[in-house]
Amino acid sequence: MQEGRKRNRRRGQWLNRLLTAHGVAGYIFLYLPIVILVIFSFNASRHSAVWRGFTLDWYARLFTDQAIGASLINSLIVAGGSTLISTVFGTMVALAMERYKFWGKLAFDALLYLPIIIPDISMAVMLLLFFVLTKTHLGLTSIIISHVAFDISFVAVVVRARLAYFDISLEEAAQDLYANEWQTFRRVTLPLIMPGILAGSLLAFTLSIDDFVITFFTAGPGSTTLPLRIYGMLKLGVTPEINALSSMMLVASMFLVMVSLLLQRGGGGKGIEMM
Amino acid sequence: MTRTSRRQTWRLLFLISPSLFWLIVFFFLPLILVFAISFGQRGTYGGVKWVLNLENYLRFFDPLYLRIFGRSVFIALATTVICLLVGYPLAYFIANRPPRWRNGLLLFLMIPFWTNFLVRTYAWLLLLRDAGLINLFWTGPLHNLLAQLALVVPLPIWGPLLNVTSTPLKLFATDGAIIIGLVYAWLPDMVLPCYAAIERLDYSLVEAAQDLYANRLKSFLRVILPLTMSGIVAGSVLVFIPSLGAYVTPDLLGGAKSIMIGNVIYSQFMSARDYPFGSAISFVLMAVMLVGTLIYFRMGKE
Amino acid sequence: MAEYAVELREVSKHFGPVVAVDTVSLSIGDGEFFSLLGPSGCGKTTTLRLIAGFELPTQGDVYIDGQLQGETPPYRRPVNTVFQNYALFPHMTVFQNVAFGLEMQKVPKEEIRQRVLAALEMVQLPGMENRKPDQLSGGQQQRIALARALVNRPKVLLLDEPLGALDLKLRKAMQLELKALQHRVGITFIYVTHDQEEALTMSERIAVMHKGRVLQMGPPAEIYEQPADRFVADFIGETNFLEGRVSEVRAGEVTVLVDGALEVPVPATANVVGGQQTTLAIRPEKISLHASPHDLPALPGRIEEVIYIGTDTRYLVRLTEQTMVMVREQNLGAGDMVRFHTGQPVYVSWVFGCARLLTE
Repeated sequence: MQEGRKRNRRRGQWLNRLLTAHGVAGYIFLYLPIVILVIFSFNASRHSAVWRGFTLDWYARLFTDQAIGASLINSLIVAGGSTLISTVFGTMVALAMERYKFWGKLAFDALLYLPIIIPDISMAVMLLLFFVLTKTHLGLTSIIISHVAFDISFVAVVVRARLAYFDISLEEAAQDLYANEWQTFRRVTLPLIMPGILAGSLLAFTLSIDDFVITFFTAGPGSTTLPLRIYGMLKLGVTPEINALSSMMLVASMFLVMVSLLLQRGGGGKGIEMM
Repeated sequence: MTRTSRRQTWRLLFLISPSLFWLIVFFFLPLILVFAISFGQRGTYGGVKWVLNLENYLRFFDPLYLRIFGRSVFIALATTVICLLVGYPLAYFIANRPPRWRNGLLLFLMIPFWTNFLVRTYAWLLLLRDAGLINLFWTGPLHNLLAQLALVVPLPIWGPLLNVTSTPLKLFATDGAIIIGLVYAWLPDMVLPCYAAIERLDYSLVEAAQDLYANRLKSFLRVILPLTMSGIVAGSVLVFIPSLGAYVTPDLLGGAKSIMIGNVIYSQFMSARDYPFGSAISFVLMAVMLVGTLIYFRMGKE
Repeated sequence: MAEYAVELREVSKHFGPVVAVDTVSLSIGDGEFFSLLGPSGCGKTTTLRLIAGFELPTQGDVYIDGQLQGETPPYRRPVNTVFQNYALFPHMTVFQNVAFGLEMQKVPKEEIRQRVLAALEMVQLPGMENRKPDQLSGGQQQRIALARALVNRPKVLLLDEPLGALDLKLRKAMQLELKALQHRVGITFIYVTHDQEEALTMSERIAVMHKGRVLQMGPPAEIYEQPADRFVADFIGETNFLEGRVSEVRAGEVTVLVDGALEVPVPATANVVGGQQTTLAIRPEKISLHASPHDLPALPGRIEEVIYIGTDTRYLVRLTEQTMVMVREQNLGAGDMVRFHTGQPVYVSWVFGCARLLTE
């Protein structure tokens, strides 16, 4: 028995080292392709993957590319519009779900979660069919409508997580001190859940900017967003400009997401697990 | 019964109506639409002829589509299994770090996950294609290294090895490439639920098990694994569902021969314009997803 | 000027099938320190919330200062609440917290400033205006919560177990401070607590609640000396219960045969008939122990256990096979405090009237 324990301890150490190695390898696996992508956006070689020197040429070209400029503007319009709408609606619905009980709440809760679970392609198909059959013009508006359809749910989840930590006796105290519902909301509730609302809107913005499949199906001609542009460029052939554009998108998304997650953790670590 | 304040009811309605409206009109209605159309027929110019029939669903049994469906299921399963084998130990690793580190590690795990999917898949394209980095290494430095070693140490194995490394590996446009791309995309979705389950584990149970079995393998199989099973199942569902419905990954990494259900749906809607058939496929896909989601929620209750 | 500051008439509150408050009627006078006392879940907090307006009654009416509060929301009622967890606004300074109610009532800025500073003085925390709540200790937070409520000069102050989170010494100090404060300010205080000693210390009148009903209401002495039923007798302080059967009923006096062996005369405070099963209650400190029988009526017994707890010594005395009583003797004097030892035969007696009939 003693021998077994000693053997166990040695094997235990060995296992621990293996586990750590696996962990480190895992993170390398996750970040390596991204890192390589970014590195090669500075590669002075047009075609090959061989390193031929550092250059900022490809980034420079991006700034003069009209099509990319137009798609960036489209992306910002779509993301901006859908973020605004979904943040307001999503916050409202989060307040409703966390404060009230009502008939059909469970069913509505399920409906609210569905856009998060459903895969892109199914949602894209649904929306395309809807637009085609209602003879809705496909353009930036149809994209915004589609984005809001899933953004509301994401914003709601984030704000609800924040609300769950909110002490309702604070609202009662405010009302006890002669503040009516609107005043209570504006002076007490809103300031305290603001980090959650910001985190939710950042998330919505990121999801909107990054979305491909749904946008692909519901965009009309002339309403190309950035991911659609990248896809188009890809179909023509791999070029370093794509690397440059992709790197910029990556860095932007990562930054936005980090800020969103940090804002959430400011008030309770549930944010990450919520996703 | 309680004298409910009428004020409260109005406020509630005000809060949920915009979202309710949006979700019903732009989500629920389209969902019903897809279901309805799947029973229709393709019109002459790509519209929908409202003739009720089951033809679209019967077309599933065409060997062409069955093969694609089969491949999709295989790829999704392979992705799930690999994610499990890679992700579970990774989750275990994170759960065993000091508490201060864990949130930071989780943060770093999630950041790539929330960036642009297209871009991340593109990164693998760069790595895997014939002229990509891996092959460049394969036919370049690796080949040269082997050549050098062959000069120094004369052995018969160098011949075949040199042969192999002189041509690029066919990594791209294979099922394997798709699997790698999908694993890369959905790994965090496996790690998180496993982590949650492992972290909730009462370590004293593990110690008791080790005391009884005096063998780490047994204590793992008999105690840790069953107790974290809920996380494993949840993670598997979270990986399997999107993998099954993948579109971008097989499109970019798969090439013409390795298409999955997602690609079929795309072609039905974009080129063939057979909306009813596309809807039918979509609906079957969604039905499978729904089953998976129900399993996920049942597990979540534990 | 209404007759009562707060009045509840047959108020009930149902939460679905659960009856939290069951046909409660209370009349609380102006400037009174009134306590709602009872164990958790007895409905005292719900009653308080009904007065504050956070809950609306299922049945019955709530009156504040003579005005019927039908569906009036909390922000239109002339009452203020001190919450159990203080509910100080974390994103505001102490000054802003205390000023909040005044701001909402559109009091001019200069006046707000004067009144807030005066309120802080009153709770003995001057100079704290610019701190944030998380920079204060529990006791300080509690006093700020008090200031925040009192600065509005409400007709009634509602306090929901405000001292629960404080440690014992601080709690006892605050009890006396609150009582003094109430005298100074002259406002009606309605105080909710589960700590019977706290209620007895501070209140002019207590309502003992259990399962949504008020079992007894009256001044502390009355509640303590003349508990109405078994629950009140048991909840407040300690009580010995003696089971027995009524053997004789006379004018003003009833004799109960306890456990078939002991004859105990008690005042006729309830309507009982001969042969009826009944319970007697007597407090441990009312019983005296004697080594030999006096002229006083005394019951024989044997010491079963002796417990010395510093301020007094407790004896468990067995009177019959089924009946045992606990006796408390204050440790007066110097020297060996333990007067009797285990196994020693003793006689117990008490002043007539200390043992009382209980109704269930």
